[in-house]
Amino acid sequence: MENAFGQPQTVVVLGGSSDIAREVTKKLCAARARTVVLAGRNESLLREAAEEAQNAGATSTHLVSFDAQDVTSAESAVAESFAAVGAPVDLVIIAVGLLGDQLLDENDPAAAARMSIVNYAWPVTALAALRQRMVAQGSGRIVVISSVAGIRVRRGSYLYSGAKAGLDRLCEGLADSLIGTGVTLQIVRPGFVHTKMTTGLKPAPFSVDAERVAKDIVSGLGTPALVVYTPSIMKWLFAILRHLPAPLWRKINEER
Amino acid sequence: MGRALRPRHPRVSREKLYGWGRTAPSVANVLDPTSDEVFSLLCTSTHVLSRGLGRSYGDAAQLAGGLVLRNSAMTVMDEIASDGSVWVDAGVTIDDLIRVGLPQGWFVPVTPGTRQVSVGGAIAADVHGKNHHVDGSFGHHVLSLILATPTGTITCSPTERAELFWATVGGMGLTGVVLRAQIQLLAVTSDKVVVDTTRFANLEAVMHEMQTGDHRYRYSVAWVDCMTTGAAMGRAILTRGDHAENGGERQSPRDAKIGVPFSAPSGLLNGLSIRAFNELWFRMAPKQRQGEEQSIGAFFHPLDGVRDWNRLYGRRGFVQYQFAVPDAASETVVEAIKLLAESGVPSFLAVLKRFGEGTPGPLSFPMPGWTLALDLPVGPTALPGVLDQLDTLILEAGGRVYLAKDARLDPATFRAMYPRFEEMLHLKHQIDPNTVITSDLARRLELIRK
Repeated sequence: MENAFGQPQTVVVLGGSSDIAREVTKKLCAARARTVVLAGRNESLLREAAEEAQNAGATSTHLVSFDAQDVTSAESAVAESFAAVGAPVDLVIIAVGLLGDQLLDENDPAAAARMSIVNYAWPVTALAALRQRMVAQGSGRIVVISSVAGIRVRRGSYLYSGAKAGLDRLCEGLADSLIGTGVTLQIVRPGFVHTKMTTGLKPAPFSVDAERVAKDIVSGLGTPALVVYTPSIMKWLFAILRHLPAPLWRKINEER
Repeated sequence: MGRALRPRHPRVSREKLYGWGRTAPSVANVLDPTSDEVFSLLCTSTHVLSRGLGRSYGDAAQLAGGLVLRNSAMTVMDEIASDGSVWVDAGVTIDDLIRVGLPQGWFVPVTPGTRQVSVGGAIAADVHGKNHHVDGSFGHHVLSLILATPTGTITCSPTERAELFWATVGGMGLTGVVLRAQIQLLAVTSDKVVVDTTRFANLEAVMHEMQTGDHRYRYSVAWVDCMTTGAAMGRAILTRGDHAENGGERQSPRDAKIGVPFSAPSGLLNGLSIRAFNELWFRMAPKQRQGEEQSIGAFFHPLDGVRDWNRLYGRRGFVQYQFAVPDAASETVVEAIKLLAESGVPSFLAVLKRFGEGTPGPLSFPMPGWTLALDLPVGPTALPGVLDQLDTLILEAGGRVYLAKDARLDPATFRAMYPRFEEMLHLKHQIDPNTVITSDLARRLELIRK
C-alpha cells in the first residue's frame, strides 16, 4: 500500500525501459517499492532496468512484454502486470512514447498512424484496462508521462506533440472521472529531457536530464497535484507560450 | 437490560475512508451491521475489516476495495454493576461511558486524548492514557470480550482463551470483529482532577522529575517543544494529577463548541506558525502551580473542544510518530528530539510519557520506559527520510513505533520492532484460515500475506 508520503510498495511501469521510467523506478525502490513490474518491448533493456531496480532495493521484479504499435497488446500487458504483482497495485506509470522523425513521417500514412497509436491509442487502451482494475481496488495512483509539447503543438513535431496533446487532455477528464474512487491520476509534463529518445536533437531552453525529471515525479507523488511540470519553470513558460500570437509562435520555432 | 444509544444506518455504501491524519485514504464498501449480522458477513466476504470512529491516524481502519464494518450500530450499554463492571457493545464510545458512568460515580479506567473512540477501537489499538505508568492500557481493564471470527463467535478473557484475548487487545482489528466487551470502570467521587503543573527549561530536567516523581500521581504527561535547539532543547511543561477526593457535581463533559468546517490551506501550519504556537504555549504555562482543579474534559481531552481539528493541517494531512523505548535507552529520547529539532522539520508540541508494562499480546506496544508522540505536517521533503532515521534510532534502542499512529513504517522495520508478529500469524491461521480479515495497514506492513 502507498504510505502517507505517496511512497508506493508495488509498481507497474508500462514502458519500463525508457530513461525517465528507469530513473523513477530506481528512486521508488530506494524508498518503499519492493515489487516492480517492468513492461515493454526491448527485453535486454528491461532486464537492465530490473537489475537496477533490484540494486536499488526491489525484492521482486517481473518482466512483461508488449508492442505499443499493437493496441490489442495493451489489455494483456495490464492483465499480466497485475497478475504478477498479485496484490493491490499502488502505482502504474505509463511511459510509452515514440518521438519519430516528423519530416519523414508526415507524408507517410503508415508512419503517421504508428505515431498516433504508440503515443495515444495504446496508452488510452491501457488506461481503460487499468481503470476498472484500480477502481475495484479502491486505491492506487496512475502517472501518465505527457509532455509540454502537447500544450501547444508546433510544426516541427506535430505528430508526436499532437498525440501527446490528445492523451494529456483525455487524462484531465479521466482524472475527474476517478474522483471518489480512491484512485488518482497525475499528468507529468516534462520539458526537453536528455534521453536516448532525444539524442541528436537540439535541446530546447531549460533542458534537464532524466534524473531531474524522476526527482520531480517522485516528489509530486506525495501531493494532490493533477499536473506535475518538470522542471517547474515549464509551468510559467508555457502559460506564456500557449498564448503567443501565431506568427510569433512560428517565428520562435523556426530554428528548431 | 441495556439500550441502544443511537439509531443505525442501514445501507451499504462505497465510501472513501481516511485515518485521522488524512494522509492515504482508500475506498471500500462500508456497512453498519448489527452484532447478529457480523458473523454471516465474515463468512460471505473475501476481505473484511471492522472500523470504529476512525481515530487511528494512519491506515489501520481502512481496507481498500474490501468490506468495512463500522461498529456505529452496535450501541447497547448494559447497567453498570455494583462492582463497576459493565457490558457494552463495541460501538459504545469512551464519551458514552463517561456520560453514563460519571453521574453514577464511575469513570473510564483509561482514556486516550479524545473521548471519540469506540470500545472496539480502544481494544484493537489497546489505547493508553496519562495513567499508563500506574494502570496500564485499556486492555488491562477489559474483563471479557465477544469476538466474531470467520470460524465462529468466541468469548475470550485473560483466563479463557487468553492467547486470543491478548492477540485481540492491540491486534489492530486483525483477529476478528469485537462485538461486545465487559469493562471494569474506576470509582470516582468527583468530576474534577487536581492538577500540578511545572515548567522545565530543558529535557533532562523534566525527564529526571518524571522518573523520580511520577509514581506519586495517577496521571502524568509532559508537553515538549521539539523545535528549539541549544540549551533550551526539549523545554517542557509537566502536568500531573489525580481525581479529586470529593466535590463537584460529576457532570458529563460538554460537546465541542467550535469546529473546522473544511480543510485549511496546506502550509498554514508551517515552521513559523508552529514555532510561534509552541512559544506561546510554553510562555502561557505557569512556572509552578499546585492543586489546581480542572474538569475531566479540560484535563483529559483538550482537543475534543475543537471538532475536526485534524483539518487544520490542510489537504495533505499530517502524520503522528509515536515510539516507546525502554528505560535503559532514555538517551534515545534526547537523541530523537535532537534529530528532529536539528532537521528543521516542523513539529507541534510533542507528548512525553512514562510507560509501565505492556500486555502479554504479540503486538503490544508499551514497554516500561518512555513514550514520545510527535505531530508532523506532511509537506517538508526531508520528513520521510527523517522518520526513517528515527526508525533506525528507535530500533537500535530496542524500541518500537505505535501501529495505531503509524502511516509510513516499512515491513522489514515492523518485523524487527515487533518480533513476536509470527505468533499473531499463527493464531490468525487458526481462527481466520482464509485471511478474510485484513487492512490497508496489514497489507502495507505485510503483516498479512494474501
